[in-house]
This record gives sequence, C-alpha cells and structure tokens, in this order.
Amino acid sequence: MTNPTLAAGAVERHLRARRDTGRGLLMPYVTGGITPSWTDYLRAFAAAGADAIEVGLPFSDPTLDGVTIQQAGDTALARGASTRRILAELSGMPDLGVPLVASTYYNLVLHDGAEAFCAALRRAGVGGLIVPDLPVHEADELTDVAAAAGIELVLLASPVTPQPRLAEISCRSRGFVYAVSLMGTTGERAALAASAAELTERIRRVTDRPVLLGFGISTPDQAREARRHADGVVVGAAVMRRVLDGAGPDDLRAFLATLRQALDQECDRPR
Amino acid sequence: MRDVLPWCEPVLLDGTMGEPRARGRFGEYGGRYAPESLVEVCREVDEAFREAWADPGFRGALARLLAVHAGRPTPLTPAGRLSEALGVRLYLKREDLTHTGSHKINNVLGQALLATRMGRRRLIAETGAGQHGVATATAAALLGLEATVFMGERDIERQALNVFRMRMLGAEVVPVTAGSRTLKDATSEAMRHWVGATGDSHYCVGSVVGPDPYPWMVREFQRVIGDEARGQCAAELRTGVPDYVVACVGGGSNAAGTFAGFADTPARLVGVEAEGGAGAARGRLGVMHGCRSLFLQDDDGQITQAHSIAAGLDYPGVGPEHAHLRDLGRARYVTVTDDEAVGAAVRLARTEGIVPALESAHALAWVIRAAGGGDLPAGSTVLMTLSGRGDKDVSTLKELL
Repeated sequence: MTNPTLAAGAVERHLRARRDTGRGLLMPYVTGGITPSWTDYLRAFAAAGADAIEVGLPFSDPTLDGVTIQQAGDTALARGASTRRILAELSGMPDLGVPLVASTYYNLVLHDGAEAFCAALRRAGVGGLIVPDLPVHEADELTDVAAAAGIELVLLASPVTPQPRLAEISCRSRGFVYAVSLMGTTGERAALAASAAELTERIRRVTDRPVLLGFGISTPDQAREARRHADGVVVGAAVMRRVLDGAGPDDLRAFLATLRQALDQECDRPR
Repeated sequence: MRDVLPWCEPVLLDGTMGEPRARGRFGEYGGRYAPESLVEVCREVDEAFREAWADPGFRGALARLLAVHAGRPTPLTPAGRLSEALGVRLYLKREDLTHTGSHKINNVLGQALLATRMGRRRLIAETGAGQHGVATATAAALLGLEATVFMGERDIERQALNVFRMRMLGAEVVPVTAGSRTLKDATSEAMRHWVGATGDSHYCVGSVVGPDPYPWMVREFQRVIGDEARGQCAAELRTGVPDYVVACVGGGSNAAGTFAGFADTPARLVGVEAEGGAGAARGRLGVMHGCRSLFLQDDDGQITQAHSIAAGLDYPGVGPEHAHLRDLGRARYVTVTDDEAVGAAVRLARTEGIVPALESAHALAWVIRAAGGGDLPAGSTVLMTLSGRGDKDVSTLKELL
C-alpha cells in the first residue's frame, strides 16, 4: 500500500497538508475573462486565505449551472473570452502559492483533443480539472491523459449516487472529492441542503481524500455548517453575483475573509 | 452542389439500428455524459424502458393508444402529380395526419406511458417549434399527468399558437431567456430543471438526442413510422422496398424512426438538414446535452447558434446514431436552404393539396432538387416521411409569400 500523501498530486498534497492542520478549506470560483482585469480577483482570493482557486472556462451551454454562473459565462464570452485567452492570461501571472483548478464542460476539453487541453492547462500553471458533465463511467479516456499531463481530475459525487459508485468516484477522483450538496444546479440558496451532511458522511466512509462541499454555499453561516461535515467549501455563485454587480477585488477579498473567518472559527471547535 | 459527402453503396450491417453497444454507444457516439445527479435517473429510465419494451402488456397498451388516440396507422400517399412532374415515384408517409399533427406524438405516448409505469406524475419537455410541447401536453392530459414545457422566448414569439395550445391542454409553458432563446437553450433549461425534479418527474426528451438511453429509446418509439411504411411499401410497390428513403433531420427523430424500418434493406437512406443547422453534414465531434455526437461549433469550441426557417430544425447538433450512420456510409446527409424549403412547401400544396410543416418541406426540397440527377435517378421510387402538417407555419409563410 503506497502512502496516499506521496501518491497524491500537488493539489491534493496541498489540500491534505492544510486540512491536517485542522484548517477548513476554502475554494472560491471565478469565471475566467469576466472582466478585463479578472486575474486581480485571483490575487484577492489568495490574499483572503483561499486554499485553492477554481477558474471557470466559460462554455456556451452550461447545463449544470444556475442563472448567476450562466450570466457570468455569457458576459465573459461576449467579451471574447476563450480557453486559449484565459490560459494565456493565467500563464502571465506570478505563482500565488495556491493551486489553481480549472472547471469546464467536456466539449471544451475535447475540442482540441484532451491531450492538447491538459497540456495547455499545465503550461498555464493549472493543477486540477473539474468537468461536471463527465461522470466517472465516461471518464476513462480523460483519466489517463490528465494523469500523464500532471492534471488532477476531480470527480463529483451527488446525493443520489449509490454507495458502490461513490466508492469508485472517491477512489478515482484526484485532488479532492467534489461533493454536490444538493439535487440542483449551481446557485445561492437560503440554507445548506439537508442532503449535504449525509453525502459527506457517506464519502468519508470510503476515502480519506479531502472532501469539498459545493453548490449553494453562499454565506458564512452556511460555510460554518458545511465545515462540520466536510473538509471545506466551494463558493461560486455568491462570488460571481457580487462580481456581476460590479464588486471589485477588494470587495471580494472582504467577502471571502468573512467565509475564511467562519471556517477558522468552526475548526477551533472539537469535531 | 452543396452536398459534399461521398455517396456510398448501402452497407448492410448486421445489427445496424439495433440496440446500441455497451454504454449506449453508436460507434464512437452516444454515451451518458450527464451530471452525476442525473446518472442514476438515466439508469432508472434505461432499466424501466428495457423491461417495458420486452413486456407485451406495455407494447399492447402503447399500440392501442397509438391507434385510438393518435390515429395510427397513418396512410402512405402516392404523390401522383408531383411524381409525374419530377420523373420519380414519390410516396409520402403521412405523419402529418396523426393527432397533434406531427410524428412527435409517437414518442411522447411511449414515454408518457413509461412515466406512469415508473410512478412519475409529471412530464418535463423542451420544445422548439412547439410540436413536441403540444404532443407532451396532450399525452399528459390523456394520462392524467402534469406537464412543464421549456421553450425559448424567441420560439414563443414565432409559435404563439402552439403556446396557446399547450396552455389550453393544461401544461405550464416556461419561457427560456438564456443564450439564443431557442431549442438548444430550452433543452439546457429542461435538463437543469430535471436535476432538481428527478424524484417525481420524467424528462420526456423530444428527439434522438440526450444521454443514454434516450437516443435509442426515442428511436424505438419512432420506429413505428418505418415499420408501418415498410409493410405499406411491400404491399404497394412492385419492388417491395423503395430505392430511396428520405426524411428531414433536426435532432433526427422522424428520420431515425423511418430509417429503422429500412436499415436492413438495400434502400438508400437520405437525411435532409437545414442549411443553417447541419449538424450531421457539417458538425464537429463534441459533447452536449448528455451525448457525444456532431455539433456546430466555433474555433473555440463554443456551440454556435443554428438558423432555420423551420424552428424544429434549429438545433446545432444531430442525434448520435445519425452521426454513426453517416460514418458508416449507411445514410447520407444533405442540406437545403430556407428558400428551397418554402418553395417545396408551396409546390406540395399546389400539386397534392397538402400543406407540409416547413421541417418536412426540407425533405421534399431535396427530392425536388435531386430528382432526375445522379443522386436520385429518374424512375426511382422514393419514400419520404412527411413528418408534420404546416398549420403552425402558416403565419411564417404568410409573411414570405
């Protein structure tokens, strides 16, 4: 049996190391190309204490995204954003000391071929990849290509995923396991879904990989509650709504600091 | 000539248009590229469909609904005057004469019956021209189910009468304002809604697209067109089988159902796409709406907007089985322009007394253009599926003519 920490890629090693100090993990999301100086948001996220940053590569038909992320994608595409341009802009950034995880739909991965896509991610300094319309049973062709390119392919688990399949997802996922908190699309919600606790508990039974809860986590209270079950949270729509409303990097830094604080408070309590 | 694909001799392959291979594959196309939250419900639909399709009770109940409610079998009409003018023998499979006026009802009655068998109480559907939405609303009313239909705002403007029809039948029509506000966006929105409603709702996909098992299941529910036509041709034609089988292709459900009846014959299969929505003729390999197939895309991999005067052909992709039939050379995919389709609709009206849907007029436009040339030699027998009636398009035509 190999040591899981040694076998893990850079994103996973980073997240495991931070988790093992007792820290609640925070992964904010930004749609690449949303504004001319969108990479400033990444700097703000890192400064606010993000443990990883998710960069969305916008797609014309985002079937798993709610209204906010859809609008963000449309805005970016209307500005002329493309995979190539976003990755070029990332390449020009200094190392933030925080792993970058790209997320996009499978069509964009296939467009120039999975090998070229993964190589381009790697050149841009991206370490992980989330593809919400690539479920585990279709992931074979990307798994090996991504691994060879040094890209950690993150798989998603859902509240309705049966337990044996959950074990397969947790085993094959790299970086972390993305726990989709509810049966629905991305977007802010009034409360953390009840399904979140049960799902994370079921994932924990089969893996010690970091588990991040996403979908609908929008407030410090929700982050605090999510932290009771998972290793951390993904926050997308709550960030992008503010960006769409005109919030700048400093505003986002302040918002994420409230989430950071909530996660830190929760970790002080016995789990 | 815009048709660039080589014409291959029909390839008779055992099992062509049979059950897809493992993991819902038609060659390299198909599959179940669904978000994890939809994977389980796709599996449930697959299991339920397999059981139902093997169950004579289900088959009998569906056959009865198709007969007493939808008006099947539909006739095979020889287009006498047009045949004479074109120098080919043209037969029309009259799906326009079904209840609700298009072939969509065949699939919808099958899926609605399946939904009740699965204990679902509500149907979700996407619609472009409104024909699938009307069919879904109809089947829901008939079987006591609720119906929610997603329709692009732009299509709602173009097809106001069908919107009214759906509402009159008791369906909820949800305008979709995202993206291009047409069929592809309505499909995306229906999928988003389904993610949050899998417990009580069945997504009644309207074409041979979507995650496995939909492309296969919808083709099976539509194969009644091809099976009936096969029998009618056997009785009507000296040769028993037509030389050419022609149907229009948006996602491709009426074509798939028609072709299924003739895949194991020497008939040449021709799918006719709209010039501005030619997924099979000009699409590039991709993944959208749950399956791997051919889609119109720009240089960055974004799906581009289709443009057609026929709202039902306004889809930038094509069903995975059509992509496979294209690669095999078993079917050929050609395109016609809006103008050609309108011209064909008028010509059918004036020679045969039939006003076709603009979608179906595309199939006819190819027959008119090709007849007498190398692609469709004089004296050939042609079976063409007339997938729907033109009532919904009368206001569009009125502005043009």
